[in-house]
Amino acid sequence: MTGKLDLDPGVVAKARALAARAGQPVVDLARSHTTVSVERAVLRLAGVQGADSDGIPWVNRLVDTVRADVGLGHGVALPVFDAMRSTGVDDVTVLAQKAAAGAVRFAVPERKADLAAARRAARRATGAGLKLVDRRRAERDRLIKRYGDPRQRPWIYLIVATGDIFEDIPQAQAAARAGADVIAVIRSTGQSLLDYVPEGATREGFAGTYATQENFRLMRAALDETSKELGRYVRLTNYASGLCMPEIAALAGMERLDMMLNDSMYGILFRDINPIRTFVDQRFSRQVHARAGIIINTGEDNYLTTADAVEAAHTVTVSQLLNEFFAHEAGLADWQLGLGHAFEINPDLPDSFRMELAHALLARELFPDAPLKWMPPTKHMTGDVFRGNLLDGFFNLVGALTGQGILLVGMMTEAVVTPWLSDRDIALQNVRYVLNGAGNLHEDFVPAPGGFIQSRAHEVLGEAVGLLARIVDDTLLDAIADGTFGIMKRPADRGKGLDGVARHEDDYYNPVTEALEA
Amino acid sequence: MSIVRPYGDTTGDGMVQLSFTLPVVHDKRAEGAALQLAAKMGMEPAMLVHAKPMGDGFTFFVVYGRVAHLVDTDQVQVVERDFPLLSAKEVNAVIKRRLRRRLNVVGACIGTDAHTVGIDAILNVKGIAGEKGLEYYRELAVTNMGAQVSVPDLVETARAQKADAVLVSQVVTQRDAHLQNTRAMSAAFREALPAGKRPLLIVGGPRFDELMAGELGVDRIFGRGTTPGEVASYLVHALLGSQN
Repeated sequence: MTGKLDLDPGVVAKARALAARAGQPVVDLARSHTTVSVERAVLRLAGVQGADSDGIPWVNRLVDTVRADVGLGHGVALPVFDAMRSTGVDDVTVLAQKAAAGAVRFAVPERKADLAAARRAARRATGAGLKLVDRRRAERDRLIKRYGDPRQRPWIYLIVATGDIFEDIPQAQAAARAGADVIAVIRSTGQSLLDYVPEGATREGFAGTYATQENFRLMRAALDETSKELGRYVRLTNYASGLCMPEIAALAGMERLDMMLNDSMYGILFRDINPIRTFVDQRFSRQVHARAGIIINTGEDNYLTTADAVEAAHTVTVSQLLNEFFAHEAGLADWQLGLGHAFEINPDLPDSFRMELAHALLARELFPDAPLKWMPPTKHMTGDVFRGNLLDGFFNLVGALTGQGILLVGMMTEAVVTPWLSDRDIALQNVRYVLNGAGNLHEDFVPAPGGFIQSRAHEVLGEAVGLLARIVDDTLLDAIADGTFGIMKRPADRGKGLDGVARHEDDYYNPVTEALEA
Repeated sequence: MSIVRPYGDTTGDGMVQLSFTLPVVHDKRAEGAALQLAAKMGMEPAMLVHAKPMGDGFTFFVVYGRVAHLVDTDQVQVVERDFPLLSAKEVNAVIKRRLRRRLNVVGACIGTDAHTVGIDAILNVKGIAGEKGLEYYRELAVTNMGAQVSVPDLVETARAQKADAVLVSQVVTQRDAHLQNTRAMSAAFREALPAGKRPLLIVGGPRFDELMAGELGVDRIFGRGTTPGEVASYLVHALLGSQN
């Protein structure tokens, strides 16, 4: 699939080099800070489970207590595992309960022997969590071998979102039987700004279902049954985003989710989460996803819903390059990079479809080994469901012609209702017709040398290089503060979750990061 | 003429189309059930043009047919635009002349609603449908608080910014969240500020009934398809009285 656009390898290399230069200061920032959610993820991997009678997870109670005693900058692992030894408690959850009752004083161990003992214990406990993640990954590999991957590319990705996990399950199973290869359970709209992960099976959500460990487990088990029935491994997707992304990544690894939405800048731009909080949480969550064999989905499609899809096309490319850099730095392999992009050009523009093809092909050729995630029109879906169905058909055609890896099925009732059973059926019929009818048309689809599509792709790549150069000069944090992406202005000293960030002290210790970077 | 019928291809033919799903397996009886529903909805005669099984025990139908109902356009009740539509330039000029300071607008999505698309369409410079948003108006000072703003924060910000008008967008309608949030918001403003000091309260969203303003305790509701220019014109009309 390479070489249709005749991209200049020199320009492509330059774009990547600039992305690395723009991203490196942010990586340095992430390596020198921690957050409450990173520390809670460490405790989850160390085995802390459950919540108090108000539904506040014990990991939150424990991190808050440790923080009140010694601050966050040392990491919670040493104070917690030192306290385990000094109090003689052998279950971390029990320690969290005692700590919440005010029965434990935390301190950073000072004696060399205590320090070594605390490190050893922390490593052992979190090692067990990581071993579970490894077992889950091996289990996925085994099930894929047994049941098989989808027969076609792109994989067909469908959303369920009832708010009630017990309604979601039959809907997800029905969607899989109707042809979905990937099921995404959309989260309740409030969740991204919750600074804790709710517990247990949930039946109440707004425009989505809460991401909880139990909901993950229930849905994965149900889709395992359906995979067996269909002879095809059905993947499960959720969201490692918002204030708790590191913890949700850890839970996803432990419950064998297969894909996670995990964008480097989405929370900053669209949820007004503090940029530093996001970048620190991002790096940790990507490291966990790398270990868990999870495919991440990035969120570039969102830029085009606020900015203009033609004028801002290059911001998508820039974000993809940055997401790639951050992902590689965190240890993710190319096959795990579901870089996002979307069909959002105003359909009334002349040549809108040609431009869509050019942009989609550019993404394909820049990232030949990444399973790109192709997102359907939303901004120009007006409630005219008939026109919407046509637009979705053209969207599907671009997907077939440009070798997209993951195709999110567009609904003609976008912006009207949450999809009805019949909307989903009509949408899948649309996808099946286009993929089947187009067949291997991509083999014949060779844009004319120097023609519109090639020129447009070169233009977008050129603009992307220009913007990356400006970001390098300006720094990425300032570019975000100035509203470079998606028009939102997000300064680094503002936004939600900033109070949960701490700079590493010299003796900061995190056994999970240590293991993931080994 | 105030009495009309739906139009298919001939005046007065009354033809409509309808699609729906019944939770039954597709067979003859299911098709009969679909026609029964159509008849009860006033379609007589109804033609079942498409029936397709979906999943386990569901069937999708498309029905065309003639409805006997008459529509009297004189009996229709809607909120007609009761203010003149001004250009951005005119809006700025009126504010400058009558208010002699910038008009303060605070906007937010409240509650759990994270969909900023509505408020951004009205407020962001980018605007919508070729019309620039309120931030573009020189004489409007806009504070866009973004998504998931709590009602107390909104009241506090409105007070701090000396807001002349507060714009709230609500897209999510599950369990009537848009109505509950709007009532909570208007109640909070009533509680926090005396009548003369209260900003103009405006809500917008695709699922509001524009007739419900009084019931929800707000000054105005804007529905689907509202443009920034309409909102700006309304602000000037409601706060400064109409020009001319």
